[in-house]
Amino acid sequence: MNGTPRGAVFVFGLGLPAVDTFLQQVINGLTAGSVYAVVALGYTMVYGIIQLINFAHGEVVMIGAMVAFTVINALAPSGLPPLAVVLIGAGCAVPVCMLIGYAMERLAYRPLRHAPRLAPLITAIGVSIILQHLALLIWSRNVLAFPQIIPSRTYMIGGAAITSVQLAILAICFALMAGLAALVYRTRLGTAMRATAQNPQVAGLMGIDIDRVIAATFLIGAALGAVAGVLFGTYYGLAQYTMGSILGLKAFSAAVLGGIGNIPGAMLGGVLLGIVEALGAGYIGDLTNLCSYDMLAARIDDCAGGGNFVLFGSNYQDVFAFIVLILVLVFRPSGLLGERVGERA
Amino acid sequence: MLLEVRNLAVHYGGIHAVAGVDLDVADGELVCLIGANGAGKTSTLKAICGLVTTKNGVIRYDGEDISHAPVHELPRKGLVMVPEGRGIFAQLTVEENLAMGAYAQGGGDAAAQYGRFPRLAERRRQIAGTLSGGEQQMLALARALMAKPKLLLLDEPSMGLAPMMVAKIFELVRDIAAQGVTIFLVEQNARLALEISQRGYVMESGAIALTGRSAELLDNPRVREAYLGE
Repeated sequence: MNGTPRGAVFVFGLGLPAVDTFLQQVINGLTAGSVYAVVALGYTMVYGIIQLINFAHGEVVMIGAMVAFTVINALAPSGLPPLAVVLIGAGCAVPVCMLIGYAMERLAYRPLRHAPRLAPLITAIGVSIILQHLALLIWSRNVLAFPQIIPSRTYMIGGAAITSVQLAILAICFALMAGLAALVYRTRLGTAMRATAQNPQVAGLMGIDIDRVIAATFLIGAALGAVAGVLFGTYYGLAQYTMGSILGLKAFSAAVLGGIGNIPGAMLGGVLLGIVEALGAGYIGDLTNLCSYDMLAARIDDCAGGGNFVLFGSNYQDVFAFIVLILVLVFRPSGLLGERVGERA
Repeated sequence: MLLEVRNLAVHYGGIHAVAGVDLDVADGELVCLIGANGAGKTSTLKAICGLVTTKNGVIRYDGEDISHAPVHELPRKGLVMVPEGRGIFAQLTVEENLAMGAYAQGGGDAAAQYGRFPRLAERRRQIAGTLSGGEQQMLALARALMAKPKLLLLDEPSMGLAPMMVAKIFELVRDIAAQGVTIFLVEQNARLALEISQRGYVMESGAIALTGRSAELLDNPRVREAYLGE
């Protein structure tokens, strides 16, 4: 997504001395990163339990955004309070996405549980294409603008601005992460999920119905993805049937950064990736402005009289996620918190 | 009979791992199945608890045909297996491992197991993978007991343990049996298995070669030569 987040203040360090670029980009990055983290959880939980990279997860997030768009658009003129409208939108997106998550596991992945690993992986790509084109048929190829129904207030902290939308996204994402951690580490179902991830055969011998545990994993991941989709749509103010691919790839990169299969890793990876990306976007314009290098400035006509010649602008933002992915794969394939190297991938 | 196996066959591709095995375990008995590596002991056990699909035969437990029952339904019926190599959840704590043992019952009483295995009580919050081999075997036993089994299947509990620890584990197995749990023990250590059991089966190349009272098998010249190293 190359849209400018609504309510987020984008600053390129030029001519706005009152704003602290660094802090501002950290706030922006933290917001986007917390959404990446919630999406990354869906990748990492499924990988942890059946060693499948569910490439269709990004499309689940996209469908969450689309369903919410339709509902919010339909209810916006109804006069209901804006917050209620958004909540109803999310309330519709979550069950739809859970149904899709359950259906893909049941119909596409479960029959391939004992197949060679490449088969489910290719199937995941197939599921992703199917979902994307279903969305294309339903919602058209246009970029859909989320109605701006929630008024955004801006607060200043230490020379940077944070909006009420950003605050809400941060609060919701961190609450979801805390809730998921509690589920996985404190409940019977969560312990059964971890047991199944470690040794499905023995988990079965303990009376754990591993089919149900795996289905539950997909349902939880899809529900998280749905909320992330709604937040993402609300934040950037738009949705399109292709948005799942880039968002999915970034969240997948975040999961790999944290150590795929590792739940705290996905959270850490998501937040870090968001911050790296925002800082990259915030500074790449300055750093590649050839006029700021005296030796070059003298030779470039555009620089005369304080002009600029920027090689890469903040529209190169998406590049950073993949630079991070490549660096992790080269230097620390097991990720920041992962122990198991992806030898089975 | 608590467990009846009739004409059991297990094939892996073209390999006949188990070919026509008959077994019986009566309520309250401790029965062992001994044999060399690759004789089909573990395959027999895996077939009983549904981990491998059987080619042929009938498995009846407590009067019910369980030949095609899903693995996860058996612990609820009181049929619990301790797998070969212990199969503990290495990244879960001791406490969580025990909780998983009682999963079928919806949560059990760990206190009784901590009483029986004081070593585990000391290490209840420790990650199970950090326990010694013997402690892990105790954990595997304790976890199985959490399900309140009627019939306990043990696959090679002595595997990879120091002789002292093997003696300790066998003592525990004998205690568990004395408390009324029926045990079917698969073991390569034939002498120990025959010493603590009432009856035994000797398996060779996928079939039962000999069966009888354990005391008699211990005196059988063929068993002494092939399995007791005399």
